[in-house]
Amino acid sequence: MTDEIETHHHDVLVIGAGGAGLRAAIAAREAGMRTAVICKSLFGKAHTVMAEGGIAASMGNVNSNDNWQVHFRDTMRGGKFLNNWRMAELHAREAPERVWELETYGALFDRTPDGRISQRNFGGHEYPRLAHVGDRTGLELIRTLQQKIVSLQQDDARENGHGGTAEGKLKVFAECTVTDLLLSDSGAVAGAFGYRRESGQFVLFRAPAVILATGGIGKSFKVTSNSWEYTGDGHALALRAGSTLLNMEFIQFHPTGMVWPPSVKGILVTESVRGDGGVLRNSEGRRFMFDYVPDVFRAQYADNEAEADRWYTDQANNKRTPDLLPRDEVARAINSEVKAGRGSPHGGVFLDISSRRSPAEILKKLPSMHHQFKELADVDITREPMEVGPTCHYVMGGVEVDPDTAAAARVPGLFAAGEVAGGMHGSNRLGGNSLSDLLVFGRRAGIGAADYVRGLRERPGLTSAQLDDAARDALAPFERDGGENPYTLHHELQQSMNDLVGIIRHRDEVEQALKNLDEFKIRAAHLAVDGGRRFNPGWHLALDLRNMLAVSECIARAALMREESRGGHTRDDFPAMEPAWRKVNLVCSLDGADAQVVRQDMPPMRADLIDLFGRDELAKYLTEEELP
Amino acid sequence: MSYHGSFRVWRGDAEGGDLADYEVEVNDGEVVLDIVHRLQATQAGDLAVRWNCKAGKCGSCSAEINGRPRLMCMTRMSTFAESETVTVTPMRTFPVIKDLVTDVSFNYTKAAQVPSFAPPAGVAPGEYRMAQVDVERSQEFRKCIECFLCQDTCHVVRDHEENKQAFAGPRFLMRIAELDMHPLDALDRKRQAQDEHGLGFCNITKCCSEVCPEHIKITDNALIPMKERVVDRKYDPLVRLGRTILRRD
Repeated sequence: MTDEIETHHHDVLVIGAGGAGLRAAIAAREAGMRTAVICKSLFGKAHTVMAEGGIAASMGNVNSNDNWQVHFRDTMRGGKFLNNWRMAELHAREAPERVWELETYGALFDRTPDGRISQRNFGGHEYPRLAHVGDRTGLELIRTLQQKIVSLQQDDARENGHGGTAEGKLKVFAECTVTDLLLSDSGAVAGAFGYRRESGQFVLFRAPAVILATGGIGKSFKVTSNSWEYTGDGHALALRAGSTLLNMEFIQFHPTGMVWPPSVKGILVTESVRGDGGVLRNSEGRRFMFDYVPDVFRAQYADNEAEADRWYTDQANNKRTPDLLPRDEVARAINSEVKAGRGSPHGGVFLDISSRRSPAEILKKLPSMHHQFKELADVDITREPMEVGPTCHYVMGGVEVDPDTAAAARVPGLFAAGEVAGGMHGSNRLGGNSLSDLLVFGRRAGIGAADYVRGLRERPGLTSAQLDDAARDALAPFERDGGENPYTLHHELQQSMNDLVGIIRHRDEVEQALKNLDEFKIRAAHLAVDGGRRFNPGWHLALDLRNMLAVSECIARAALMREESRGGHTRDDFPAMEPAWRKVNLVCSLDGADAQVVRQDMPPMRADLIDLFGRDELAKYLTEEELP
Repeated sequence: MSYHGSFRVWRGDAEGGDLADYEVEVNDGEVVLDIVHRLQATQAGDLAVRWNCKAGKCGSCSAEINGRPRLMCMTRMSTFAESETVTVTPMRTFPVIKDLVTDVSFNYTKAAQVPSFAPPAGVAPGEYRMAQVDVERSQEFRKCIECFLCQDTCHVVRDHEENKQAFAGPRFLMRIAELDMHPLDALDRKRQAQDEHGLGFCNITKCCSEVCPEHIKITDNALIPMKERVVDRKYDPLVRLGRTILRRD
C-alpha cells in the first residue's frame, strides 16, 4: 500500500491555510524548517477572508491611553473570566508587533491623519483598537500572508539559483484534505494522511510536527456564517490522535447575520456597522439594547441615547453605547426581542445606519456591506435599515494547548493555533481578537514546532497498518450500494444542532440532541456516494461528516454538563452565571467512538494580572476564596 | 414563491463532456450557486464546483453563466425569466478538471513571477507613515478577491494559449501597478511590467473591468497609468490612441 502513495517529507506540516496556518508556516520556515502548508481550498481562499472589522492591537494610534493591560482586561471581561489568562496576556502583549510586521510584508491599512495605522471602535474594546482596511480586513490579512509566503519562496529560489517558481523550503498543497493523523508506536506525531481533492488520489506526509490550523465547526449548524470548510477537521483529528478539547460548549452566535433572503440567511454583517454608528432597533423603532445591559457591564455602558451618541466623538467623558456590548449579550437580546414579538418582518431586528451617517460616509467605511446587501437582498443600506439576527460564527472551545508553545495536550509533536485552539477567548470572543489571535499564536505555534523538531533525537516512525486503515476508511463510502445520502444526513445534523444546542439551551433539548447524534452516528456508517474519486463533493462531505459528528457530540455533552449560563453557553434552566463554574474547564476526549467530558480545574491567575482589576469587579466573577 | 427552472450544466472532465439538462426547484431570493447546491443534494451528488464564502468575498465560485464570466454566489435567479434556461459552464480560459472546476494554476504561476513588496531600507516595523490618500490607490487593487474572471475574459489569453507564456494577465499586471503605487515600495517596476509581464499585449478593451465583481477599474486605474509611465521611456501608440478615445488627461 505504502509504495503506491504520493509521499512527501517535511519537518513541519501545517494543516490549514488561513491566517493562523500561514503565519505558522512563515514562522517555521524562518526558523529553518522544511515546511508544508495544506489548504482544503485554493491557496488564499481561507475563511479568514470573511473577517471584516479588523485586528485588535493596543497600538494606541487613535487613543494613546490604550496599552496591553487595557486590552488584556477587555479580553478577560469579554470571555467572562474563563479565558486562559496566560494566552490572553501573550495575545494582548504581542498583537501590536504582529500588526506592524504585516506592514513590512506589504499590507496597506487605513491611516490616521498623521499617517499611522487607523484604529476603530468595536464591541467590548474600551478604546478604538481595530486596525482595519474598510470592512475587508480579513482579505487584506490573508492576501498579505499569501504574498509573504510567495516572497519567501522567491528567496529560496534565488538562493538555489533557479527560476522564480521553485518552492524550496516552503511548499503549499492546495485542495488537499487530511483525513487522519499518523502516530508512532509511542504516540508521537509521525505524519498525516489525506487525499487530493482534484484527483481523489491519496497523499502521505511524513513529518515529526503537525500544526493544526483548521478553523472552526460552524457547518454543524444550519444558520451559520461559516463556509463548507468549517467541519471541525482539526478538532476531530486532535481527538482521534488522543489529544483533548477544552470548553466545546462555548459557541459564538454573532448577533448580526443576514436573515433574508433565505439563501443568504446567516451571512455575516460586520460589527463595524455598530462601531461606526449603526444602532439596533425593534419593530417599534426602540433602541432596545439599553434594556439589556447586564449588571457586570453597567459601569462601562451608557444608559441613555444622548450619552451613547456623544460617546462616538468624546470617549473621555461618556460611556459607550450598549449596541457595542460583547457579542453574546447582543445576540441574546435580539433573540429575546424576536421572541417577544418585536422583531422585523423576516424574524430579525433592524440594524440602522442610514439615519445616522451620510451615504458618503457609509460607502467609504462599509463598502462591502453596501455591496452585499445591494446585490443579495436588494437593500440600499444608505437609505434603509438592514434586517439582522444571530448566526453561528465561531467556536471558543478547541484543542487544549500550552499557551507559550501552542503544543497540544497529550500528543508530542501536535500543535494547534487559531480558532481550532481553545482557551484564549474564554466563554466569548471579542470582535477583532480573532485576527490578532491567528497572528500571535500562529507565529508561536511555528516557533514551538520548530523547537520541538530541533530537540528530537530521531524521527518517529509509522506503521503501514495505519495507512491501510486510513485508506480503507476513506474509500468505504464508494463500496456501499444504496446507502444513506451524505447531503441528507448533513442537513439533519445541522437542523438538530441548530434547534437543540443553539443559542438558548435546555437539558431536555440537549439530551434529545445526544439521542439524535447516536442515531446519526449509526447512519453515518452507511453513507454511500455516487461517481468516482475525481473532485467529488459528495464523497468529500461523507468524509467530513465523521468530524462534524465527533465535534457535535463534544459540544452537546459539554453543554449538558455545564449547569450555568456564561458567554456563548446559555441554559434556560440555569440562567445565572455561577462563580463556582468559572474555574472549571470541561475537557473532552474520545473513548472509542464516543466522546466523554470531565471537569478540570483552571490554574489561578497570576497576582500581577489580578491586580489589573478592582476588587468590586472581581467579586462579580470569582468565588469568595479566590478573591485577593 | 418557487418554480421549476431549467438548467444546463456542463458535465465532464479533461477527456471531454457535454451539457446536461436538469429541472430544479428555484425559491425566492436564490442565487445560481444555491441551484447548483440543490442539484448536488438531490440529483447529482458528485457535481464538482468550487465555493467557500457564498458572499462574494472569496472568489472561488467563478464560472460562465449564459456565456458571461460571473460569480455563481452573486448571480441572483431573479435576473432571469422563469421560463429561461440558465446555462452554467466552466471558465473557458483554463483547462477543465471536472464539471465546473478548472485548473487555475496558471494564475499561481504568474503570481510567483511578480517580485514581492520590497520594504524600504532603514524603516523599522511600527515606523511606517503613509497618507490615506496615497494608500487608497493601491487599496483599490487590493480589493481583488482573485476570482480570476478578468483572466478568464481577457482576449489576449482566452483564445490564445500561445500568449500565456508571455502575458501575466490583468490580475497580475494590476498587482504590479499596486506595488508600483505603494508609497513605500523600494523597487521600480515599470520596465519589468512591459518587458517581462506583457503589459504591451493589453489593448485596453476594458473587458476585465467589466467582469470584475469588485468593480475595480482595472484598465483605467491600473493598466493605463502603468502604460503611461512606461511610455515615459518607451513609445507605445496604444496609449496615445487610448488617451484620444477615452479623453484621459
